[in-house]
Amino acid sequence: MKIEFQKKSSALIVKIQGEIDHHCAAIIREKIEKEYQKSDTKNLVFDFEFVTFMDSSGIGMIIGRYKNVLACGGKTAVVNANEKVSKIFQMAGMQKIIPQYQSITEALQQMGGMKNAV
Amino acid sequence: MQYENEMTIQFKAISENEAFARVVAATFVSQLNPTVSDITDIKTAVSEAVTNAIIHGYENKEGIVTLFCGYIEDKVSIIVTDKGKGIKDIEQARQPLYTSKPELERSGMGFTVMETFMDDMTIESVEGVGTKITMTKIVNKNTFL
Repeated sequence: MKIEFQKKSSALIVKIQGEIDHHCAAIIREKIEKEYQKSDTKNLVFDFEFVTFMDSSGIGMIIGRYKNVLACGGKTAVVNANEKVSKIFQMAGMQKIIPQYQSITEALQQMGGMKNAV
Repeated sequence: MQYENEMTIQFKAISENEAFARVVAATFVSQLNPTVSDITDIKTAVSEAVTNAIIHGYENKEGIVTLFCGYIEDKVSIIVTDKGKGIKDIEQARQPLYTSKPELERSGMGFTVMETFMDDMTIESVEGVGTKITMTKIVNKNTFL
């Protein structure tokens, strides 16, 4: 599992590569918390293009971050969710609280960080 | 039950072995030449059951998890067993979104995932003795080969 961060507009973009299970979720959580705290961005975007596997531990980790971001006045979104992760997202009803977009640009526009989106 | 093919592995209850267990199950089941979607479903269900054994059964303390996989024709059986603390209230544990450990950011969806991704799932558990999860799934075989 690899994790990369990027700042765009008012969002911290988290690009995860590989598998998200209970073991990796703990590592991902810690890294995101650290990066989010030191960054001046409010919103959080998960880029799941290169996620090859995810179980319900991933759902717990995303909802945990959503709650923290919300407490800081920010929004959370998921982009590029492939077939493998979409099934578990839908099963958990995650789309009801965390919107999914086709691209980072679309997510940034919808989240209201439009002016410096690109 | 008489299986055409079966295997059993035992491994230490540590989170590193979650990936190991699901890869072993997927590799074993791939002998049936199932669709990618069926393999992903089985991998996910195994991951959930093994994670439960580690977090809830053994509460991250020392223990051994047993994974059995067997098949007969297109029916796959997966059994995950631990000798951990057991489940007090199985009906409550089965409820979507219920978690006995909210402080760990668990989604409470583990059993729901197993039920949804497999055709059948039963929980046998005795407090202080352990838990046995039995899951079955009829896989769709790739026909182009």
